[in-house]
Amino acid sequence: MANLSVEFVLQQLLNGISIGSIYALIALGYTMVYGIIQLINFAHGDVMMIGAYVGWYCTAVLHMPFLPALLTAMLACSLLGVVIERVAYKPLRRSTRLAALITAIGVSFFLEYGMMFLVSPQTRTFPPVFPQTIYHVGPLNIKYGDIVIITVTLALMALLTLVVKYTRIGKAMRAVSFDKDAAALMGIDVNNVISATFAIGSALAAAAGVLIGVYYNTIGPLMGIMPGLKAFVAAVLGGIGIIPGAMLGGLALGLTEVLVSAAGFSTWRDAGAFLILIVVLIVKPTGLLGANTREKV
Amino acid sequence: MNSRKKRTLCTLMLLLCGALILAGCGTTTPPAQPSGNTPAAGGGEPAAGEPINVGFNLELTGSSAEFGLSGQNGMKLAFDKVNAEGGVLDGRLFNYISADNKSEAGEATSATTRLVGENVVAILGPMTTAAVLGSIQLVTDNSVVLITPSGTNARLTINEDGTLNPWIFRACFIDPFQGEVAANFALDALGAQTAAIAYDIVGDYSVGLAESFKTTFEAAGKTVVSEERFSAGDTDFRPIIENIKATNPDVIFVPAYYNDDGRFVAQARDAGLTVPILGGDGWGSGDMVGIAGAENMNNTYYVDFVSIDDPSLAEFVSEYEAAYGRAPDGFSVLGYDSALMLIEAVKKAGGIEDPEALRAALENLGEFTGVSGTMSIDPETHNPAKSAVILEFVDGVKVFKQKVDPK
Repeated sequence: MANLSVEFVLQQLLNGISIGSIYALIALGYTMVYGIIQLINFAHGDVMMIGAYVGWYCTAVLHMPFLPALLTAMLACSLLGVVIERVAYKPLRRSTRLAALITAIGVSFFLEYGMMFLVSPQTRTFPPVFPQTIYHVGPLNIKYGDIVIITVTLALMALLTLVVKYTRIGKAMRAVSFDKDAAALMGIDVNNVISATFAIGSALAAAAGVLIGVYYNTIGPLMGIMPGLKAFVAAVLGGIGIIPGAMLGGLALGLTEVLVSAAGFSTWRDAGAFLILIVVLIVKPTGLLGANTREKV
Repeated sequence: MNSRKKRTLCTLMLLLCGALILAGCGTTTPPAQPSGNTPAAGGGEPAAGEPINVGFNLELTGSSAEFGLSGQNGMKLAFDKVNAEGGVLDGRLFNYISADNKSEAGEATSATTRLVGENVVAILGPMTTAAVLGSIQLVTDNSVVLITPSGTNARLTINEDGTLNPWIFRACFIDPFQGEVAANFALDALGAQTAAIAYDIVGDYSVGLAESFKTTFEAAGKTVVSEERFSAGDTDFRPIIENIKATNPDVIFVPAYYNDDGRFVAQARDAGLTVPILGGDGWGSGDMVGIAGAENMNNTYYVDFVSIDDPSLAEFVSEYEAAYGRAPDGFSVLGYDSALMLIEAVKKAGGIEDPEALRAALENLGEFTGVSGTMSIDPETHNPAKSAVILEFVDGVKVFKQKVDPK
């Protein structure tokens, strides 16, 4: 067990916030899709992986700077998200939820092993897109990459909140999540709203993928599995279907993981994350921010 | 919250576990076809006395073909050289028969069957652990010695229950020995008083290296101040790096594979840890420098079997290049040394008619110098204690640092 100096605690908190932001970004996609069609989209982590590969292609092969590469990856993945929804989930919308869930797992495997076939299972490294600057704020070491992760995450979350609260599509999304049939009767094109939800969620996942790829500098076809599961835990922790819940859940999960590692139980880190899931399901199945009745976007 | 939703979430949990299990077990079944290759015989014409038949059971095609072909070149070079010098035992020459195991355990078994049928006195190879495992029973039943140049798994010579596989030998040290080498390097060359270890709890390889490093380091009266564990595939090491940093070690030993350790090194340097970082041969393959960054890799060292730019290899390298028109690699060196071991044992046994005498000669070979350095085979385990090399990363390039002899 390490000695508890102030700088040790602060540095570990920073580490937790940085990894938690990534979980939060991915968790948003899970939670939005669940809010609209009550589907746990298990392919979501793999959409993030595709986003990382698009980002890699843009920076390593096309030599694009970070921001255009991030936007290209988000655009590509929002298209992919819509295609997945139209091809795999839409035909099953009237069947049981279990059928859709199994399909989601199938899509997940398809993306993982399809990419393994296309780009080989070999891990790839990003070119240095950020300056390798490290800022020494007091006793803290803050990497340029940490600042980018936290800034991009906050910006995207603010943007998402604005979209959901104040735009027509955001209102439509909330209406569909409240009552699909009534929304249709009010003249809302439910199919378009669902597609838009997949597009937005997948774009956020792509952003997370590019951030992970650039920050940790390795990407592979199976990189989406663990972060995907963790983000699912984060979404359930915050209250699945609730957008601020996903943000809160992501940060809480990141901090918990770091806490477990810092306390000297690093091998229990993943176990800690899944233990949280079990405890939440038993004690407060609607999550930290969950109401006891219906889920809302 | 209604109970229906709760039930659905429980179902989800079960499915999740199922998906994880499925994702964890991707297995392939090797097709078991008889080998259709004709043996490639070599060697000179028989002089005085019958030739000595030696079988090569090697990965000549398939996923590990690179290892097998390099190993075969090394073995051929050794036998051609001794044949050109007049052979052994008053003019008996070596005649080698090569069989392709297609980099598959099942094919390795049929290759061994075929070689045993050709009345070989010894089999050199396979290069990979799985292929060796498939041959152990056969060579034991038929009293044929088998020397693997590069099979590092401890279970090849010592069974699970601690008994020795008497007919299996190897020319390489086993994995945990690297931990001993790294610890001695940290103590002697770096003058470390304290060390931190971070290892992959899931991999036998990593756990074995970490254990032997700790034993050796502490036996010298120094302290391991921090022991951190992770799982292969982890991306974020910052929490455990902060733990390590708080204990202020002189060196850090990270014996996993290049991708995890590449991320570890980068994040350790970012956290302001500038102390030397050491690793095992898992650092040798793959793009570790690309992952960690060339500058971050400065002041890092790793243990390997051989280094081609080791000055004591110069003669071997030039002979090899003259024979094959390309540079040798570590597997060529180990292939050459496994052939040398056999040649020495044949000389020592004074004949090949008694398999048990040849086996005993290999077992009691004693101190022996090959291209990869001096080695001595432990009669109890058949594992050689031998020299290893330390390579240093200098601005992203691996540079031969020094040879570490066994203590």
